[in-house]
Amino acid sequence: MLLKKPLRLSRPWLLVLKTLVHLYLLGYLALTFYQAVTDQLGADPVQGLLNFTGIGTVNLLFATLTISPMARWLPCGDLMRFRRMVGLYAFAYAACHFSTYLVFELQLNFALLSSEIAKRPYILVGFSALMLLLALSITSFMAIRRKMGKRWQQLHNMVYLCLFLALLHYSWSLKTVWGDPLIYWAATLLVLYTRRQKLKNWWLSKRRKPAPVAKRAS
Amino acid sequence: MARKFTPSVKLTDNDVTDESVYRQRRQFLKTLGFVGASAALSGPAQAFGLFGSDDKTPVASTQPLVFTKSAKYQTSETQTPYDKVTTYNNFYEFGTDKSDPAENAQGFKTDPWTLTIDGMVENPLTLDHGALTKRFALEERIYRMRCVEAWSMVIPWIGFELGTLIKAAKPLSSAKYVAFTTLYDPAQMPGQKSRFVGGGINYPYVEGLRLDEAMHPLTLLSVGLYGKTLPPQNGAPIRLVVPWKYGFKGIKSIVRVTLTDQQPGSTWNILAPDEYGFYANVNPHVDHPRWSQKTERRITTGGLFSTKVIPTEMFNGYQEVAPLYQGMDLKRFF
Repeated sequence: MLLKKPLRLSRPWLLVLKTLVHLYLLGYLALTFYQAVTDQLGADPVQGLLNFTGIGTVNLLFATLTISPMARWLPCGDLMRFRRMVGLYAFAYAACHFSTYLVFELQLNFALLSSEIAKRPYILVGFSALMLLLALSITSFMAIRRKMGKRWQQLHNMVYLCLFLALLHYSWSLKTVWGDPLIYWAATLLVLYTRRQKLKNWWLSKRRKPAPVAKRAS
Repeated sequence: MARKFTPSVKLTDNDVTDESVYRQRRQFLKTLGFVGASAALSGPAQAFGLFGSDDKTPVASTQPLVFTKSAKYQTSETQTPYDKVTTYNNFYEFGTDKSDPAENAQGFKTDPWTLTIDGMVENPLTLDHGALTKRFALEERIYRMRCVEAWSMVIPWIGFELGTLIKAAKPLSSAKYVAFTTLYDPAQMPGQKSRFVGGGINYPYVEGLRLDEAMHPLTLLSVGLYGKTLPPQNGAPIRLVVPWKYGFKGIKSIVRVTLTDQQPGSTWNILAPDEYGFYANVNPHVDHPRWSQKTERRITTGGLFSTKVIPTEMFNGYQEVAPLYQGMDLKRFF
């Protein structure tokens, strides 16, 4: 615990902070696109944009996953109100990453897109991560969340798989394994460490389940 | 012959802003504090700037060269601007990011330098720094460069034919291959000191050509580009340019050329033989396992919306080398 008593964020404060997050994440994206259009994003603007949006997605996925441990440690329960928003930005960045690839690298050649997804495992892995993020984003509305009940949490636990696929896609896209992705893999272990209790429970429940079946069979 | 390419925009050397004027202008704006907020934030796409710096790249000192313009190797294709050729480099000795070499190689010492030609030769040679640019007549040739990562540039190199050097060393008839080695100096090259910076490659970087490929008149030892000596990130003081092969064959900062009768190692081929072949001829019919090689993104001027994706040509358009591979299955020997 870092704070003596829980930190509460009043409505105006929430509004201000949310606006700042919007401004920062949207602004950064817009600025980078502007730089790409005006040829200020390195020699190859397409590659520059792909790098920015791709790494941006990974960073935002990490941000989403650090919100709940942070809320616990500070403690500041109101931080949880930012999780959905940051998660949706992760999807937005991923969507920009994919659109850049489709529009500027494949020049909207949809036949090539489907053959590339089918032929190249590393593209398939990235595309799967995008589809997962899409599913999580669509089901992030409160009404749908309520309707889904317990299933919602089960589906949204997929965010870990999503991060794993995104990192695999990132590592695989490079020519060697020695690079920045290694730092991200280490960070993943850290994020999982903050959830060790959850993982332990999940693991125990998995192991316990087959037991009654075995009993009945004997 | 290479297919003639007619650009929609026709520019001549007269249209190009002189580099010194360009730099002065930029310096002037900077002293006034006028290069806007976006320039302060620019730097090649370091997303959120977590790793690596966004510092403006320093400019290495390069000297003007004395050379003639080759009549044969000119082109009407738009040349890749100097700024892009010198800030977008794969030179893992100075870092794996394409902007790393321009940032980390500026203190690189290229004088004194020794280039040794040995192995199966009658007359082993040693060229010192001065000899690199003075012993053989220099000529400017505008070549296409196609990277295995599916982008390409058009670069005015200055250098001399590798064949001239090999002939001077008098190869023995038993020699069949030429092996090249980059400088090994971890004190100067951070990538050789740390696996993390250098991408886990076993240094020194090595490359190789078959002797007939090395003797082909297109194969160049380059000592400069755009009229001046090479900046360190482009492989100063001397590098290989083989325009019909993928860029990684163009070994940089060469210290040794050895003639041998064994096929020499090639760094990327050793590291990932399924992805990078020994021959590495530009070939639209053989995909890299992770992406198609049918097209390439040509790096010229202009931003995102002027991005040009063009079809990749067999041997990068240099059809005159086709006889070298007569009867070879280039899908197997890729």
